[in-house]
Amino acid sequence: MERSATSPSALTGAAKGNGDAVFAAIVRCSAALILLGLGGMVAVMAWGARGAFARFGPGFVFDKAWNPVTQHFGAAAPMFGTVITALLAIVLAVPLAFGIAVWLTEIASARIAGIIGTLIQLLAAVPSIIFGMWGFAVLVPFMAHYVEPLASHTLGRVPGLGTLFRGAPYGTGFLTGGMILAVMITPFICAVMRDVFLSIPAVLKESAYGLGMTRWEVVRRIILPWSRSSVVGGVMLGLGRALGETMAITFVIGNANHIGWSLFSPGNTIASLIALEFPESAVGSLKFSSLMAAGFLLMLISLGTLVCSRLLLRTKAAGR
Amino acid sequence: MTMHTTTPAAQAAPCAGARWQGNGVSDIRRRMVDRVATALCWAATVLVLLMLFSILFVLVRNGVGGLRWVTFVHVTLPPGQAGGLANAIVGSLIQTGLAVLIGAPVGLLVGIYLAEFTATDGKLINFVRFVSDLLLSAPSILVGLFIYMIVVVPSGHFSGIAGALALSMLVVPVVVRTTEDMLRLVPLAMREAAIALGAPRWRMILFVCLRAAREGVATGILLALARVSGETAPLLFTSLGNMNWSIAPGKPMASLPVTIYQYAGAAYADWTALAWTGALLITTGILMINITVRLGLGRNRK
Repeated sequence: MERSATSPSALTGAAKGNGDAVFAAIVRCSAALILLGLGGMVAVMAWGARGAFARFGPGFVFDKAWNPVTQHFGAAAPMFGTVITALLAIVLAVPLAFGIAVWLTEIASARIAGIIGTLIQLLAAVPSIIFGMWGFAVLVPFMAHYVEPLASHTLGRVPGLGTLFRGAPYGTGFLTGGMILAVMITPFICAVMRDVFLSIPAVLKESAYGLGMTRWEVVRRIILPWSRSSVVGGVMLGLGRALGETMAITFVIGNANHIGWSLFSPGNTIASLIALEFPESAVGSLKFSSLMAAGFLLMLISLGTLVCSRLLLRTKAAGR
Repeated sequence: MTMHTTTPAAQAAPCAGARWQGNGVSDIRRRMVDRVATALCWAATVLVLLMLFSILFVLVRNGVGGLRWVTFVHVTLPPGQAGGLANAIVGSLIQTGLAVLIGAPVGLLVGIYLAEFTATDGKLINFVRFVSDLLLSAPSILVGLFIYMIVVVPSGHFSGIAGALALSMLVVPVVVRTTEDMLRLVPLAMREAAIALGAPRWRMILFVCLRAAREGVATGILLALARVSGETAPLLFTSLGNMNWSIAPGKPMASLPVTIYQYAGAAYADWTALAWTGALLITTGILMINITVRLGLGRNRK
């Protein structure tokens, strides 16, 4: 109110051009702040990691050891865990998100779709620590008592493939972590898919239905080809989220720094390794530097994924 | 362009339809595939909704018992002594409040830059938008590490202000995104009218465009608030948490998410119960903000 009262007198003021220049400068400085933020993150990580990279060299990336007693650190195990849980999450989340997006856009009536769509998006707003507690209280016992014993008695006997499903049913581990992440990223992927599906010209779908195509054929032959690159972009966006997720994973991953081919074996991710061990490491120690190096690697992995995702989503937007 | 490709196909519809319907076996097969796919879509939706309700149910079942007066007035205490969450709740409010106070203005200005300065620095704008989008999805624990390195280490101690700074880095990209989108919806005629009246550009942007877009911008700020109030990872190494009453921003400060994290894994029944109560409180708050915002948006769209 007060602002609008002062504006008419100021409009005739002489300092017009000056104000514009000052405003532009302020606005540009803020934009520079954003660039500094991300650039600073990468630079600070790299700087903190220099000790570990100087000591272990590029071998740090492939070294499976993480031993504070012998001061021997390598990032292979948590990197493995990060990538495996994120990929598992994608494998589980993409069909779910796709099914929901098709349901919301093609099957449900607009009114119902509005309500259910909002509920699904609410899932995206739930903080990750809540997913962690839910996973620990509900999913871990469920996996330990039902899914894992059942799977190792059936799938575990299949030669070759069975390796994935053997092992003690702790309930925690890569698969449980991947499942939690899948629930978390499904709403994100679904939102992207739904937006693209809605952007398809109705004429395209109507003429396909007019030709006698079934709903699934329309989805398969009209909707998917039209939205392929955006869907992939959405999936990469979900992957980026899954890679950097911390709190949910920390509760259910089992926190063991080892590489196992069983989906039930406890593991670790870079983010949860940092969350657990960072408070116990002194500034400047080799462990501290190794954790920063692991963080730096996580930064590179997730930024790479996000860049791919944005490029895919942007080319589609520009081409439209 | 799409019109041209579909028109011939649409004209060929009658004969193609007739042939397709004639073939009985493949017709049944196609219908079966369609049924199965439809059923799977239903299953996916029901499954994810079940997850949501399961989460809410577990939160209410485990957390509702702790919703007592004591929880809101007592600070966190050692196990066995009826402790509460008062310091964590107040700490969370202070830190998220500060984070929005720091982050929202920066986000607003960057949003204005992206929406209003396209004519002068187009290429750079695309890059800034790109980086802002990256920041939106960057791992939040690394934001915590970053602030630890540039604030906590130089100052020598954990502090609430460091926590607020870490959270503000997550506020900025959310506000940028919504501000830009909302400013782009402001009609050109309003800008032209303001300029024609002799208003300098900055007045036009701040008092005409931003004013017209204020509801959408406020929505973005609220969403940012909702997002950061549940964040745990950036606070672990910045504000650390505090078992005692502390509202000084220069000292380590408790917060709900960090307290939940510390208590959830504890071996004491009263601590885990408090963790669930905290989780219920924070989730209810966040979902309330989100529902309000969505209802408001839905009303405006009509």
